[in-house]
Amino acid sequence: MNEDFPALFFALRPEASLVLGALAVLGLDISVFRRRTPGERLRLALGVGILAVLAAAVFAAGGARGPVFGGVLIFDPLAVAARMGVLVLTLLTLGVTRGAATPRHAAEYVAIMLFAATGLLLMAAAQQLLLAFLALELASLSLYVLAGFDRARPESAEAALKYFLFGGMAAAFLLFGFSLVYGVTGSIDLPQIAGEIARQGFNPLLQVALVMILVAFGFKIAAAPFHLWAPDVYEGAPAPSAALIASASKLAGFTLFTRLLWPGLHAAAGNAAALGGTPGWFPAVAVVAAASLLLGNLAALAQTNLRRLLAYSAIAHAGALLLGVMVVGRSGPAPLFYYASTYGLATVGAFGVIAAIGREGRCEAIADLAGLHRRSPLLAACLAVFILSLAGIPPLAGFFGKFTVFAAALRLDGLAGPVGWLALLAIALSAVALYYYLIILKQALVAAPAAEARPIAVPRLAALALLAAAGLIVWFGLNPAQLLGLFSSGG
Amino acid sequence: MSLLPWTIYVSLAGALLALAGGRRSAAAARWIALLTAAGAWALTLLAATRFVPGPGLQTLTDVPWIPGLGVRYHLAADGISLTLLVLTGLVATAGVLFSWNIEERTGEFFAFFLTLVAGVYGVFLSADALVFFVFYEIAIVPKYFLIAIWGSTNREYGAMKLALYSFAGSAMVLAGLLWTYAAGGGHGFGFAELAQAAAALSAHQQIIIFALVFFGFATLAGIFPLHTWAPTGHVAAPTAASMLLAGVVMKLGAYGCLRIALPLSPLGFAYWQGPIAWLAVIGIVYAGVVALVQQDLKFVVGYSSVSHMGFVLLGLAAANARAASGAVLQMFSHGVIAGLLFAVVGRMIYDRTHTRMLADLRSLPLRRLLPFAATVFVIAGFASMGLPGFSGFPAELTILIGAWHANPTWAAVAAVGVLVAAAFTLRAIQLTFFASVEKPASPGPANPVPLHFAPISLAEKAGAILLVGATVLIGLKPDLLLNWINPALQSPMFQAVLKGGAP
Repeated sequence: MNEDFPALFFALRPEASLVLGALAVLGLDISVFRRRTPGERLRLALGVGILAVLAAAVFAAGGARGPVFGGVLIFDPLAVAARMGVLVLTLLTLGVTRGAATPRHAAEYVAIMLFAATGLLLMAAAQQLLLAFLALELASLSLYVLAGFDRARPESAEAALKYFLFGGMAAAFLLFGFSLVYGVTGSIDLPQIAGEIARQGFNPLLQVALVMILVAFGFKIAAAPFHLWAPDVYEGAPAPSAALIASASKLAGFTLFTRLLWPGLHAAAGNAAALGGTPGWFPAVAVVAAASLLLGNLAALAQTNLRRLLAYSAIAHAGALLLGVMVVGRSGPAPLFYYASTYGLATVGAFGVIAAIGREGRCEAIADLAGLHRRSPLLAACLAVFILSLAGIPPLAGFFGKFTVFAAALRLDGLAGPVGWLALLAIALSAVALYYYLIILKQALVAAPAAEARPIAVPRLAALALLAAAGLIVWFGLNPAQLLGLFSSGG
Repeated sequence: MSLLPWTIYVSLAGALLALAGGRRSAAAARWIALLTAAGAWALTLLAATRFVPGPGLQTLTDVPWIPGLGVRYHLAADGISLTLLVLTGLVATAGVLFSWNIEERTGEFFAFFLTLVAGVYGVFLSADALVFFVFYEIAIVPKYFLIAIWGSTNREYGAMKLALYSFAGSAMVLAGLLWTYAAGGGHGFGFAELAQAAAALSAHQQIIIFALVFFGFATLAGIFPLHTWAPTGHVAAPTAASMLLAGVVMKLGAYGCLRIALPLSPLGFAYWQGPIAWLAVIGIVYAGVVALVQQDLKFVVGYSSVSHMGFVLLGLAAANARAASGAVLQMFSHGVIAGLLFAVVGRMIYDRTHTRMLADLRSLPLRRLLPFAATVFVIAGFASMGLPGFSGFPAELTILIGAWHANPTWAAVAAVGVLVAAAFTLRAIQLTFFASVEKPASPGPANPVPLHFAPISLAEKAGAILLVGATVLIGLKPDLLLNWINPALQSPMFQAVLKGGAP
């Protein structure tokens, strides 16, 4: 192995600045700011955290390219774009945290967010099974804590426990799968694994490993039938935690999953053209995608709780994103990345709005949104952008996400294979989805406010974050080529 | 001509300004909306004076938009689009005038209204199927909010039904277009490129793709049996939204059928021609008969819209140049007449009497109380029946002659529809304005109707005169529009599907 430590340090400057930022947040909080009010401590922690993320973004933008440290890390266009996406989504999450009810230990909350972001950054660039697993665990453990951070609400504890138990199980599956892959190929480096599988051909042990890995990632990205944690976590976790879980964590998860499946295990893809042909992961992913699309969209119809609705919509989107994973081999990662990152923007925004409403009162049922246009025109307008983007209404980014993924899916082999039909299914279900998204907007924009509802004051930082998210959604919707073009050279 | 894209941008800017202005005062929002709508209309008229009719689309803007996918921001116009652009400007301007009394959330109302108008302009100007689709969807969302917030009678149901039907239709269109695009190797969404890609597919696939795209668009045009969103949506909508919906938005569907679906696959069209024509004819007669027995005056107008749109679809299905030119003329004519009818029913009558039930209206001496409304409604009714001298006459006559060339039975049954239209229109006029007021008013004790109404405002008069003027002008001189439409139908794209019958 080519152990080039200076290059490694150069490449990992973003991670380093996040960790230093987290330590600085904690250190300043227990020293200088110990006697301040909780609100001030939150503002300080967010300020330092935002500086750390900005520094990380600067380093990531001008950072390493290509394989680093003997190929343990890879900075290809997908990794670079996904790392930047994770940082932007983390930044927005920190921004909307200002709008949420102040957590009891604000500094710890922000520091753990930064640790989670560190794990997510590493996930996006990992090209070696061991590092991938460690990065995933760093991110997951941080997210479990974030989910349970609101100790005043039993739902939060329930969310954390469920997330942890399911997540621990998924981690076990993943580790088992990885160890089988290692056993079959004798390597933990993805390029070598790929070469070895291509040489050996397919074997049953690999099949078991694939199923294990698929189960673990099905959990991570909340795809049916591994989605059961999602509604409870989305419902119970503090809104900013849910925002991070639903956005940055998903983007990084999909990036790592794609890297495992395509550069790593593409020889074991199986027959893309037909289900039940050669064994491989392709048919299995197709089945999970179809199940997610159907279950997510249909179950969302029955929800009365806003966060659970968003959870089921997330499951449906995971199904569409899996389509994006399947087309990477043919069309490159551009459609997947575009979809995942713009979906993340819309979700962070939606949870940001929920957080801001929850600060002044309840925001659980969809009906709690009633009269939002009176209580805060800003929140209502931003929510409309986020929800319409999730619904896939042009010219917002959500539409082009769906459009590029479906177009790529149909180009794979038309309707001869399952992927084309999945795209048609997804298009048909998008008409179903419009119903539940409009139900949300009906409450927010049409219904009159409840008698006791008061106007909502949104802190400036949170308003800025929400406007930035909405602005990015409109901007990338009008200029999809800006994101898609990141991959045109060499992707 | 190069001014035309500005109709979109001006309308969008007007929407933002109206939103901002509405925060200060309702009057500001109204004037901004009126100036915007009239300004965009003036742009279309100005472009019309410089328009040189010819076959094929005349490109206005053409820049790459998503290079990786071959999507271009391509706007273009020909005589057909120009006809509909002028119609949009006219109906939008009249719609603002008839919304002068909106007091609740005025700024937001006009913002949604102008966004919808911008989407409609965009659709009529698009020369790239994806751009077309984007504008088409931009027009859907404001409709929902216009109806759900400012509507009447079962508005949330009507709004949701309309939005879901529209969106389901557009999902079918998207599926068909993406399928064709992918099969063609993903080179682009130009109309010709898509047609070329479709031609390479098997006949079986072409038939399915054509059905997806055509019926997807036809849902919005109110084809039987997918029309049920239209009456409920129109009835629930506030007046200006009804006018736009019936006047312009239904035309989006028909325009999509003509511009995208027909040229996409002549082979698929040949397979579906008979069923489409019969559905159109059934729609004409069925909706007419249903209109005949409605108790709610606005439902009468709503169903009459479906019936009249049946003529448009019949003109497209007949697939010769004469019928197609009649179909476009009918789009214009119906846009104006439906706008007028909804304006009288929704604004002049309902906003004053607070009832639209024929049983209640007949017990009121409306002819004496609202003489202007009575006059306008009678004129609109005559135009709607297709009396000579109004735009409905040349339009429906052209369609029937064209349909006769294609299949005399279609024309014969559709002609029955003309009689039914006369019947339900006369019934509505008679019951609303000319019933003898012998019986004492018994509209229900809970809702006693005052016998004095606010006079018809200047804004209403101006809007009504605009629309009446347009229908009479085109009724007397249909060549104004036919001279634009007929050359456009000579383009190779249309000639591939339209056969026989000199224009």
